[in-house]
Amino acid sequence: MSAAVIVFPGSNCDRDVARAVTQCMGMRPHMVWHKETEVPPVDVIVLPGGFSHGDYLRSGAMAARAPVMRTIAERVAAGVAVLGICNGFQILAEAGLLPGAFLRNASLRFVCLTVTLRVDTVRSPFTAGYDPGQILRIPVAHHDGNYYADADTLACLYDEDRIAFRYVTERGDPDPDTNPNGSCANIAGILDARGRVLGMMPHPERAVDPLHGGTDGVALFRGLVDRLG
Amino acid sequence: MTDPTALPAEPRMTPALAAEHGLKADEYDRLLAIIGRLPSVTELGIVSAMWSEHCSYKSSKVWLRRLPTEAPWVIHGPGENAGVVDIGDGLAAVFKMESHNHPSFIEPYQGAATGVGGILRDVFTMGARPVASLNALRFGSPDHPKTRHLLAGVVAGIGGYGNCVGVPTVGGEMDFHPAYNGNILVNAMTVGVARTDRLFTSAAVGVGNPVVYVGSKTGRDGIHGATMASAEFSDDAEAKRPTVQVGDPFTEKLLIEACLELMATEAIIAIQDMGAAGLTSSSVEMAGKGGLGIVLDLDCVPCRETGMTAYEIMLSESQERMLMVLRPGHEAVAQAIFAKWDLDFAVIGRLTDSGRLVVRRQDRVRADLPIAPMVEQAPLYERPWLPTREPTSVTVAATDLPLDHAASLVRLLADPDLCSKRWVWEQYDRHVGADTVFASGEADAAVVRVAGGPRALAMTADCTPRYCAADPVTGGRQAVAEAWRNLTAVGARPLALTDNLNFGNPEKPDIMGQLAGCVRGMAEACRALDFPVVSGNVSLYNETEGHAILPTPAIGGVGLLEDACMAVGIGLTRSGVALLLLGGDPGHLGQSLFLRVCLDRVEGPPPPVDLALERRVGDLVRALIRDRLVEACHDLSGGGLLVGVAEMVLAGSHGVDLTPAGQRDATFWFGEDQGRYLVATPDEEAVCRRAVDALVPVRPLGRTSGDGIVLAGGRTLDRDGLAAAHESWLPQWMDGVL
Repeated sequence: MSAAVIVFPGSNCDRDVARAVTQCMGMRPHMVWHKETEVPPVDVIVLPGGFSHGDYLRSGAMAARAPVMRTIAERVAAGVAVLGICNGFQILAEAGLLPGAFLRNASLRFVCLTVTLRVDTVRSPFTAGYDPGQILRIPVAHHDGNYYADADTLACLYDEDRIAFRYVTERGDPDPDTNPNGSCANIAGILDARGRVLGMMPHPERAVDPLHGGTDGVALFRGLVDRLG
Repeated sequence: MTDPTALPAEPRMTPALAAEHGLKADEYDRLLAIIGRLPSVTELGIVSAMWSEHCSYKSSKVWLRRLPTEAPWVIHGPGENAGVVDIGDGLAAVFKMESHNHPSFIEPYQGAATGVGGILRDVFTMGARPVASLNALRFGSPDHPKTRHLLAGVVAGIGGYGNCVGVPTVGGEMDFHPAYNGNILVNAMTVGVARTDRLFTSAAVGVGNPVVYVGSKTGRDGIHGATMASAEFSDDAEAKRPTVQVGDPFTEKLLIEACLELMATEAIIAIQDMGAAGLTSSSVEMAGKGGLGIVLDLDCVPCRETGMTAYEIMLSESQERMLMVLRPGHEAVAQAIFAKWDLDFAVIGRLTDSGRLVVRRQDRVRADLPIAPMVEQAPLYERPWLPTREPTSVTVAATDLPLDHAASLVRLLADPDLCSKRWVWEQYDRHVGADTVFASGEADAAVVRVAGGPRALAMTADCTPRYCAADPVTGGRQAVAEAWRNLTAVGARPLALTDNLNFGNPEKPDIMGQLAGCVRGMAEACRALDFPVVSGNVSLYNETEGHAILPTPAIGGVGLLEDACMAVGIGLTRSGVALLLLGGDPGHLGQSLFLRVCLDRVEGPPPPVDLALERRVGDLVRALIRDRLVEACHDLSGGGLLVGVAEMVLAGSHGVDLTPAGQRDATFWFGEDQGRYLVATPDEEAVCRRAVDALVPVRPLGRTSGDGIVLAGGRTLDRDGLAAAHESWLPQWMDGVL
């Protein structure tokens, strides 16, 4: 089992997710600078949260064109698991590795709070560690987390069982009031067509220790070890 | 065609030009005496910035010397970029608080953002990775037409900068008063962690060593910001917008990583950030502390625009820049690191043995000043001061006291000063770094683990300006005591504090009296509580059209927990535990929020602060937490006992039945007596015994049960009603509903 964390200029959750990987997956990930074109042969690649290139132009837009991204696209084609968290999700969308785009939060304000999520599919190595429909509590922190996809894309995500997480009430309902950012269909995370790429706005690396206030992120990382290790 | 790089001719030197730069006539004469000739305009600019109130502390220095600054665990006290205290295991906490009041009033987003950027640089300059930020904010009356706009901008600016650089904003305080209508306060604090054997300071060493400029390019922004920050505002404050700097948190993030990467090598001899008065203060600081001279070739400074004069380059306050002295032969290593992070890097000068600051631009010497005399003979004022008149005691007839405590509680919880600030802190990333244990609203102090644990730092920012206005000495004592108390309430051992002294015009004796009184009270509390001052900042001239702010000595306290798992929050999380009051209940109403909110009276002296009792109660509470006898703890401050209980209920999942406390009057429930804590304990008997042994007054109040509050006599407050009162005001007011 091996993993790599890609570091973009402005990434600021790279060290946090490296620590979560070390703690939950039992090995230190390679830290790979965005200017690299070589990525070690690993089972999992993580694009961390943060403000790559300061979120200038559009969140993730410049990072999506970093030298390392060509290699990542090749790895995706080869079936390597790729996890994009927050800004990492935005980069994956900008790179065309996941469908959809991001708008400014509906409130127009940055939002940092712990949200309630529902696991909508367990048919991926990222979500295999959860029970179907399991309710999770995981923090979000973003300014541009308002996921948008057109009706055809949404229908496709539904039909292909590619919605990984949705914002829900404590009872599991995707109520609009529980939506922290205005995302279409309360979507918090989606998979690519093969279920090998996950983009999610919440930060599982901030929920891996009782002192974080919750450990609901652990199963995501452990699940990767169980399915890919 | 004119040469675009040609510089304009220098204006003629006159006393009037000196006065425009904020130099008083005697200060200008002093400058002439030191250099023995007329200064160039560049020299005038440099000296006026160095001698500004902001950079020289000329009005406050004689008072600041009274503050205790030493303890066995203090590594660096005031005088460095930030204070440094030993936290064991070869690690140190590095922290400071600094104001950005004037810029934030003129341009709230950029003013607040660059305030955060500046304080971050003060901390990482010393070799520390910033781990958390806090802030202390004061706004004008909610009724004032500008308040909403200023608050929205300041909060967005703090979040915009802190969130992007990836340093969690974990705590702070915010309140409102008409005295801040024309002069808001934005005080930002950052805490960092460094290895004690890798601390960096600014004293330059080694004649001939290269002086290196790194970071952003220099532009024309913020020229003479330090001088602006040292004058009163008039109605044309907005015309000063060009003196406000513009922040780039992305570059700051790169600068943090590049500097920390370079600091892991042996390349750096000395390093100093370019803050107020930019290249001027950083170069003078480095050379002055090292007893050396420095020659700068400004043609080598990376500039954003052509044709910048020596004056402009020396006084620009462009952000995200650092000055370093490198060990000879290490330039290539350093340059490679900065190239990796796409940051500018330029050798712009050398250290000399001349003791002079020599500034060259386009083959001409533009400034040549003796550093030691400029520093040693800087103006220092013992300004006249008048003690603040003692307030007359307040008497409230028993018949005037409202009997419906539930109604009073709801009014207090919805008051702008006591209401939930969720709308604010949900805009701050409180969790980046993945070490946040407690942030805003969860505990009396924020708690952040040190590098994954087990240690943790506790941190808080506190001041009660209405107490300081009524009685500066007591207010100064209270501000320090409250910070100490907040650290204690999470179980931490208070280590040291940073202060941010915000006052009006020091040339007015009554304002100097406020400063003198507050510093006296602070010094007493620091000594009694073994809580020294290790860094700080003074912001004077906080006046608009002659109206001064309330005296506001904001205190940033830092404490240590040996084990993050031992930290306790304020939330009540299970039923059946006893809630006890430690510290007594005399029922002091003077200057209380109850008096203001429920009786519309602002009068009387603030609650006295008995420092010996404060220490006894605090030491007991800390010991009880250490011995795992406390599940939740909340110190009592504004609003008093019943507000404190409500905050514990709302922060947790369980309510309290206060029937055992009995039927009591409003002074009991809403008095703002100091040195008090509410503790939730599964072992009431043990806590009572320990309190009696420690000579600490203890009173059982009731037990946790249900999810609301039950008062003696059967009056109940359900959770939804309390939450609505507490949570509604700020978002509704921001939305313009109120």
